[in-house]
Amino acid sequence: MRRLILALALVAAPIWADSDLPPAPLADTQLPDPKQEAEAQALMETIRCLVCQGQSIADSNAELAGDMRAMVRQRIAAGEKPQAIRAWLIRRYGSWVTYDPPLDRVTWALWAAPILFVAAGLLVARSSFRRRRA
Amino acid sequence: MKSHTKWAPLVVFILLGSALTYGLAKPDTRNIQSKMIGASVPSFTLPPATAGLPGLASSDLATGQPHLLNIFASWCIPCAAEAPQLKAIADAGVPVVGIAVRDRPEALARFLARNGNAFRAIGADDASQVQMAMGSSGVPESFVIDGKGRILNQVIGPINPQDVAGLVAAVKAAR
Repeated sequence: MRRLILALALVAAPIWADSDLPPAPLADTQLPDPKQEAEAQALMETIRCLVCQGQSIADSNAELAGDMRAMVRQRIAAGEKPQAIRAWLIRRYGSWVTYDPPLDRVTWALWAAPILFVAAGLLVARSSFRRRRA
Repeated sequence: MKSHTKWAPLVVFILLGSALTYGLAKPDTRNIQSKMIGASVPSFTLPPATAGLPGLASSDLATGQPHLLNIFASWCIPCAAEAPQLKAIADAGVPVVGIAVRDRPEALARFLARNGNAFRAIGADDASQVQMAMGSSGVPESFVIDGKGRILNQVIGPINPQDVAGLVAAVKAAR
């Protein structure tokens, strides 16, 4: 019985809630201009997939991620700047959608924390060295 | 060192440990609310998604009449479960329009024949571009749009029977 279940599991296909349309033309096709493709790739690696949350759209196989890659490549090919495309997505989905969040009221602590920790470390070190000398 | 302060590191450790364990155990998937609520519907023009129904443009949503915009697909199972509720909303006099994401005309025709048609118009969004422009991250999602074409509200996931009355009231109040 166990073997049968294992054998069935091998041939079973998972049910995806996916369409049967082929991926958008630019979802998995690189742009002809290597410089533009590099820009698009760099941007796609820092945009979060809305379906497989935790993956970038460059890594995700979700259909929406494919459509997002196609959108990024189309806009880069049309001469739009990566920062403008990122801003367009943030306008729609919030800072959540980017792995390179802008410095703002909510995220300042991310940048400040390393500096604060080093400062605290220096204070601790200084006081402990002083104690030893005394 | 006082006797009770020496336990402080242990307490901190236990609190941190529980917080991290909780964070690991809780699956981190959440609904991404559209940030377009309060803004105007982005400009778009979509071709008809299936024979017999017109396509959809953003200008159709700024005609002085509020609409319920449903983003769906024939390949989406919760969308089929939601269909009777959409029909009830349409029967209550609310204009329901649709955007079909990555759909085929014949599959959509079968979907409408099987589940009933609540839609006055359905636009075909073959590469999810309008879905993204709306800040929608999946199907089904519904948006309440006022007569000037402003997005008032977003429902993520299928509309359940208990949501029907509230949505009808929300659209009717949106004039």
